[in-house]
Amino acid sequence: MNSKQMELNEVEVWDGNTCNAQALRQASVDVVAAYPITPSTNTVENYATFHANGYVDGEFIMVESEHAAMSACVGAAAAGGRVATATSSQGCALMVEVLYQCSGMRLPAVLCLVNRALAAPLNVNGDHSDMYLTRDAGWIQLDSFNAQNAYDLTLMAFKIGEHMDVRLPVISNQDGFLTSHTAQTVRPLKDEVAYNFIGDYVPVNAMLDFSKPVTHGVQTEHDWHFEHKAKQHAALQAAFPVVEEVFKEFKELTGREYNIVETHNLEGADVAIICLGTTYETATIAADELKEEGIKAAVVSPRLFRPFPLTQLAQKLQNVKAIACMDRSAPGGTVGALYNEVAGALINTEARPVMRNLIYGLGGRDITVHELKDIFRDLAKDAENGKITGKIQRLHGVRGPELSFYEL
Amino acid sequence: MSNQKVIKNLKTFSTAAERFEGSHVLCPGCAHSIIVREVLNATNDNLVVGASTGCLEVCTAIYPHTSWDCSWIHIGFENGSTAIAGAEAMNKALRKKGRISPDTPEPKFVAFGGDGATYDIGFQWISGCFERGHDMMYVCLDNEVYANTGGQRSSSTPIGASTTTAPAGSTSYGEKRNKKDMLQIMAAHGSPYVAQVAPNKWKDMVKKIQKGFATKGPVFINAMSACTTEWKFQPHETIEASDLAVDSLVFPLYEIVDGTELNITYRPKNIVPVRDYLAFQPRFKHLFKPENEYLIDEWQKRVDKYWEYLQRREEARV
Ligand SMILES: Cc1ncc(C[n+]2csc(CCOP(=O)(O)OP(=O)(O)O)c2C)c(N)n1
Ligand code: SF4
Repeated sequence: MNSKQMELNEVEVWDGNTCNAQALRQASVDVVAAYPITPSTNTVENYATFHANGYVDGEFIMVESEHAAMSACVGAAAAGGRVATATSSQGCALMVEVLYQCSGMRLPAVLCLVNRALAAPLNVNGDHSDMYLTRDAGWIQLDSFNAQNAYDLTLMAFKIGEHMDVRLPVISNQDGFLTSHTAQTVRPLKDEVAYNFIGDYVPVNAMLDFSKPVTHGVQTEHDWHFEHKAKQHAALQAAFPVVEEVFKEFKELTGREYNIVETHNLEGADVAIICLGTTYETATIAADELKEEGIKAAVVSPRLFRPFPLTQLAQKLQNVKAIACMDRSAPGGTVGALYNEVAGALINTEARPVMRNLIYGLGGRDITVHELKDIFRDLAKDAENGKITGKIQRLHGVRGPELSFYEL
Repeated sequence: MSNQKVIKNLKTFSTAAERFEGSHVLCPGCAHSIIVREVLNATNDNLVVGASTGCLEVCTAIYPHTSWDCSWIHIGFENGSTAIAGAEAMNKALRKKGRISPDTPEPKFVAFGGDGATYDIGFQWISGCFERGHDMMYVCLDNEVYANTGGQRSSSTPIGASTTTAPAGSTSYGEKRNKKDMLQIMAAHGSPYVAQVAPNKWKDMVKKIQKGFATKGPVFINAMSACTTEWKFQPHETIEASDLAVDSLVFPLYEIVDGTELNITYRPKNIVPVRDYLAFQPRFKHLFKPENEYLIDEWQKRVDKYWEYLQRREEARV
């Protein structure tokens, strides 16, 4: 990197958006194209300040929409350099078309997705609707529980997506407001160390390499489309060992451990909550506190939402008797996606734990340690009886009992 | 214009190394291919080309084949301009960072889009690119219809044309609105150079393309692209249809430099009546029914008025 370096303290107090911006700066991204939307706006504002003060030396373009942001990223990535953007909610929805095009062209962009509800009704607060919306777009998806994770995972996103076995774009998810706007202590890497960890960008089929003309974004028919999609799927599967390798290297560098499936108190647990984002940490407190009551409670969270770690999860959940899959997105007429996927992981295994689906926290509604303890207690009853004591799905914390329980 | 070819005649022009080659499946007689060849042959510089979804794109890059012997990208229907803007930004970034050496000649960035991609769905993206001032050329292949999806109207479709979504029928004469004046709109964006071209007037076209390539900033070219399939003439009649368009002044050839200097670049010796232009194309067949003929007169008046307007602007240097 040849831009001005920034002197950072060993411990900084950063919110999640600052973490994103700092990670993009340290990755020395060549082109950042962006459009503002709450709660991810501060990522690009911070980045703009770095740009204005010479701390980044690439191109920063404020485009006229999120669709254009991702379109510019795709063109720039195909030209042969590192690209990134940030968005949330409606912006993510507007990008979706291009997200598919980016992954289909095997271009390793990084998208900092600060998770927020999708309208209508309009709501600027955090839930996982946008993360779910993009789940089949062919992007690798990493999930963070706090600001430190957001910083670490956004850095690692570059290394994972740009790996020669993968060459796919990566979304680095964090919870809107809960992470993006909450100041937390973060231990950043030194600029040089961070950049060297990620490494230089190695272009593949670069449009700016005129010795080898390349055609990007072809048309296929039935004769080839399936094979392209199969290769894309294979590249997503190939991300598992790469993610593991990158997590390992990161641990050696920082001492911070990341796992494809994160678990808390899983050893000997009877019941488990499976969730994403900040809820993980809240649930770990609940699980710890329940030890006194003799409830053996665990928390499990896939760090990788895509590719989804089906086998790893199945293996980890073999001895758990009752599970609550927590989905922070409107169910849209079925069980939540996380429930669906975990059920998919377990259906062919010996263990067939009782599984509840909890839809919670929509539009930024909080979930407390207290509530999570109650959920664990319900699970303990399920585990004891070997069957669900209530209904399969509950809209946790919704007003009006008639809205709360669903038989499905 | 250091790297641009010296083009004296058709022979020097056509012996240039081709960067748009065979293996495409555009209809026989499609003007898109003629225009693209003329644009690419006008320069020796390295090219980064983008295409929006449409006939050109679906017919020239069908895996595992490609017609493009240059860097090429297609993303979607609306964002061909922004793809090229992104590539242009990357070129700048990599030069700034020293990853492309300053001795490497600057490439040219070109985006092609149909009139649907340009006048309608991609308008916002093009507007954004022009406002940001990317150093690129946008070429609209204006066949006045959504050809690739089978002939629906666009906001470039002229009044009275029969299309699949604005068909002429017992109570309709087809398209009800006038074609959007895209050139003026793009000039109003502050574009340093905009021009209208037609493939039959190839010398005029090559000159404008070279002028465009020599201009820093976003350049807009509106190229009349006769479509044998949707305008419904015979494949060997493409140039005749184009001649009628420019000689009737339905599609006048002119340029606007810096939004303030308008030059008419072609003045037909014998101006052909609009009626002849319309009569050549079965998409206007129904206009010759007695109840619709008034539209032909109105059309002629409109064309006359616009020609006068262009001449006055040229004279006044505005
Ligand atoms: C977002 C989106 N909407 C619609 C389409 C369908 N579509 C593909 S090409 C096309 C028409 C292209 O027309 P035009 O831009 O005029 O180019 P032409 O085919 O006439 O050269 C349409 C409607 C699409 N690909 N993407
Ligand atoms: S339909 Fe028209 S524009 Fe499309 S390939 Fe055929 S002639 Fe060309």
